[in-house]
Amino acid sequence: MVTARQSAWIPHAILIAGIAIVAFPIYVALVASTQHLDAILEAPMPLLPSDQIIRNFHDAITAGTAKTSGVSVGRMMFNSLVMALIIAAGKIAISLPSAYAVVFFRFPLRKLCFWAIFVTLMLPVEVRIIPTYQIATDMGLIDRYAGLSLPLVASATATLLFRQFFLTIPDELVEAAKIDGAGPLRFFVDTVIPLSRTNIAALFVILFIFGWNQYLWPLLVTNTPSMTTIIIGMRQMIGNGDTQTEWQIVMATALLAILPPVAVVLLMQRWFVKGLVDTEK
Amino acid sequence: MDRRAVFNGWLLPVLLLLPQLAVTVVFFFWPAGQAIVQSVQGGDAFGLATRFVGWDNFATLFADPNYIFSFGVTAVFSVAVALLALVPGLLFAVMADRVVRGATFYRTVLLLPYAIAPAVAGVLWMFLFNPSIGIVAFALRHAGVDWNYFLNGRQAMLLVILAAAWRQISYNFLFFLAGLQAIPSALLEASAIDGATPRRRFWTIVFPLLAPTSFFLVVVNMVYAFFDTFGVIHNVTQGGPNRATEILVYKVWYDGIVGLDLGGSAAQSVVLMGIVIALTAVQFRFIERRVHYA
Repeated sequence: MVTARQSAWIPHAILIAGIAIVAFPIYVALVASTQHLDAILEAPMPLLPSDQIIRNFHDAITAGTAKTSGVSVGRMMFNSLVMALIIAAGKIAISLPSAYAVVFFRFPLRKLCFWAIFVTLMLPVEVRIIPTYQIATDMGLIDRYAGLSLPLVASATATLLFRQFFLTIPDELVEAAKIDGAGPLRFFVDTVIPLSRTNIAALFVILFIFGWNQYLWPLLVTNTPSMTTIIIGMRQMIGNGDTQTEWQIVMATALLAILPPVAVVLLMQRWFVKGLVDTEK
Repeated sequence: MDRRAVFNGWLLPVLLLLPQLAVTVVFFFWPAGQAIVQSVQGGDAFGLATRFVGWDNFATLFADPNYIFSFGVTAVFSVAVALLALVPGLLFAVMADRVVRGATFYRTVLLLPYAIAPAVAGVLWMFLFNPSIGIVAFALRHAGVDWNYFLNGRQAMLLVILAAAWRQISYNFLFFLAGLQAIPSALLEASAIDGATPRRRFWTIVFPLLAPTSFFLVVVNMVYAFFDTFGVIHNVTQGGPNRATEILVYKVWYDGIVGLDLGGSAAQSVVLMGIVIALTAVQFRFIERRVHYA
């Protein structure tokens, strides 16, 4: 029989194994980003860091590689940041008023409007990719921040989440506002939005990560190298044989692509967990 | 969705709804409608005119052995990704639920891969398994495995499954942990007093109570494997070697953008829409059950 003292180690051992699985690919990338290319190409690559970390990250951030057409990773990160911020802020900005309208008003076709928004849950951009691309082309959105972000703003998750929350706001608050002579807009700005602060924060964290990590859509909608996002740029650095892939820069770029969303999860973990659990309900 | 105290008027709510409705119509209903229209149209040999062809695109699609093969690839891929992301997720959640010391640390680290884009996860794993420079590939060759995923379809499939599942473990871990923490401790204590071993407590109490969470996660993981893994495939294998990892989403993109077969690609989009709608319907059924039982 296993004593309580011995068996207490088992969960720790399994969790440490789990952390090793999580950390190993990231650790190898980190080590690779500190090496000379020669050391990586001479398989097996060393498993301990070398001294090129500053040079590699500096090269990546200021210059990129030959395959990125002179566009630096710094520029790509800026593009990703703008895209992620527009997607997150845009979704919240259009969802708050629409959820408010659906919950706090009675007007003709209200249910139809709600369902029209609700069904967008069902079709991710991946399944309507070609026609959406054609529309973006027709509207002149190729190689623009609006093109990168607007089509991804159309989604119902945020609206549903806010609707869910608004339904829990007590009727007494609405009645009190009416007695005080506050109109619907005033009630929205002074009461509903302040009450939604934690929901807005949680949603922002999730939507920022969602936006930053986009792949298929940015791949389609940008052609000009200077509009590339970091996730796409990292891919362009990996060649198909003609020239040597500069793996030390690729790995530095991969780490830079991971850094902002990971920082967001670490610093705002409470909101991240809340956002993740809420949006899936 | 009804409440007693509401405001009157119709102009203001319409104005409030307008931005979202506009974005939805332009980037959602219009393209989805276009996909359906294009799926029943065909172009002439010069791409100058389109005409109505009825079910032809669908008939061609399902007569195409490559498309049927892609269905099989997608099935294997998504079931494997779901399993490989769910089982470790559950295991780590059960363990994290037991420890006291270091619980926050474990939870934080195990959550991190979720923040990593599938495309980046693909590149990290590709670097480990690259036949000429990868460190794991090197170890495998020393162990006598003839590792080259550029040529071997099974190995390519294994690699994209590992990369795609790796990052999804976090998600399942989080939801299983939340599910475990919602189980009343009185139930577990009572059975412990009755002399049930931890293993027996898990299979007779914890596991059945987690069933609704598990069903829900199975659907979410399938949707993830179907649609969110394009970046993994595009980065690691480009659907190869010899279509061994060509999942449906990759094929829609390839046939439409690279192959310029608009009708065929649109028909594939419509099939995919059907799949998502079916999966979403299943998901809502299970969510209702979850609310009912939990």
